Amino acid sequence: MSLLHELTEKALALNIPLSVQLDLTYRCNERCVHCYLDHDDHGEMTTVEIKHLLDELADAGVFVLSLSGGEIFLRKDFFEILEYARLQKQFCVKLKTNAIMIREREAARLREIGVESIQISIYSHRPEVHDGITLVPGSLRRSIDAARFLKSQGLRVIFANVLMEQNVQDYPGVRALAEELGLECTLDPTVTPMMDGDRSILHLGVGNETLRRVFRDQALVGDEDEFCAIPAPGDENSLSALPCSAGHTACYVSPYGDVFPCVQFPLPTGNVRKQKFLEIWRHSEEMNDVRSIRLKDLTTCTSCAHVGSCTRCPGLAYMEGNMRGPSSQDCEKSFARTGVPSANMLAKKRLAQNLVQIRALPTSPIVSPTGALA
Amino acid sequence: MSKLYVARNPRAAARSLDGEMMIMSSRDSTLFTLNKTATILWQSADGTTPLDEIVEKRICAEFEVAPTEALADAQTLARELAGHEILQISETPITTPKQPFGDKW
Repeated sequence: MSLLHELTEKALALNIPLSVQLDLTYRCNERCVHCYLDHDDHGEMTTVEIKHLLDELADAGVFVLSLSGGEIFLRKDFFEILEYARLQKQFCVKLKTNAIMIREREAARLREIGVESIQISIYSHRPEVHDGITLVPGSLRRSIDAARFLKSQGLRVIFANVLMEQNVQDYPGVRALAEELGLECTLDPTVTPMMDGDRSILHLGVGNETLRRVFRDQALVGDEDEFCAIPAPGDENSLSALPCSAGHTACYVSPYGDVFPCVQFPLPTGNVRKQKFLEIWRHSEEMNDVRSIRLKDLTTCTSCAHVGSCTRCPGLAYMEGNMRGPSSQDCEKSFARTGVPSANMLAKKRLAQNLVQIRALPTSPIVSPTGALA
Repeated sequence: MSKLYVARNPRAAARSLDGEMMIMSSRDSTLFTLNKTATILWQSADGTTPLDEIVEKRICAEFEVAPTEALADAQTLARELAGHEILQISETPITTPKQPFGDKW
């Protein structure tokens, strides 16, 4: 067991939120076509409010603080907040950014303050594709320049490559670029519905056939046979497992102080402008409801062939209408990976068949063997 | 023998989990946990209290250990943690822990 895993187990037993993502703003200087946020400022927390929240998070035992957005560098007080988080409150800080506002000066300052990593969104190694997703001409060049500045300061930089039909053919190029620059690279084939539940952007995601090809790329998954193997049936242990860390050792705070189990799980559990963070974390009915979920309690999924190996996201399931239900996007991933349809997919198929009650009339008369009209 | 002073490196990430410190080195992001003795040393490392005084007043007072042996262990530990840039050590008091920024910031 790794040290981090050991600490997470301990935090879980003690009900300590080891890791929190705090979005400092939803404002952004890019307009990515798949983004799940609206970019207006509806009343962001002030510097004082954020520092007070950081005090509360530190007292609650939070160790890893991910600062994200929106674009974090759009906040004029960003470095003041970061410096407070690092040097006054000793958080391990991770940053998520598009990096287009990071030049040599900012990179040097980040090194001096010290951050664990900087994750930069990169959609392609080709400007016409990347900039076509961010809708900002020149954004790829600026993001790559920033990655170079950060790397030259000895900082850990990770390219985060969200895969969509529009850019999926370019992930080998992004990985090669990361390697050339000495950086890490992660891929994510998940397009998240808008925070308000609007699912219209989901069509941008990779289709099943494309995903199937990605999951068979040995450069990506290693042993294809092992990665795409038909899953073993769930046993007592896997059915007692927690679905994920959301609400257990991790949570998310919006720029307006709303607390959610995860950035991808928009179930409101309280607001730090009205309540203490720990009061929400420990006593919110919604947070405790999320905590009570075990795989064996899930509707549909318990009988699914993938129950022991599925990456089911309870937040995506919640956005589909039931946090104890299936997440169709993860069903599709399991299907693309193994070729075995999920219980949810089979149930939907049966339902669809039952719904066919009206058949189209033939366009021309059908003549029976006897010559009579059918 | 000259005194040794120890100060927490403000750039290390640190949090107490059930009485034991989790610490991440600012140099290479290596994660450490400190046992109870090392946690006391970390928490007492204010830069102005000499290490022998920390050992005598905080460690020997709490654990049944001979002062000479405890001090030798503490010195080894302090140097090891300084190697990971978790602690700063000096033969003179560290009155102002090294500030990571110049005036320009």
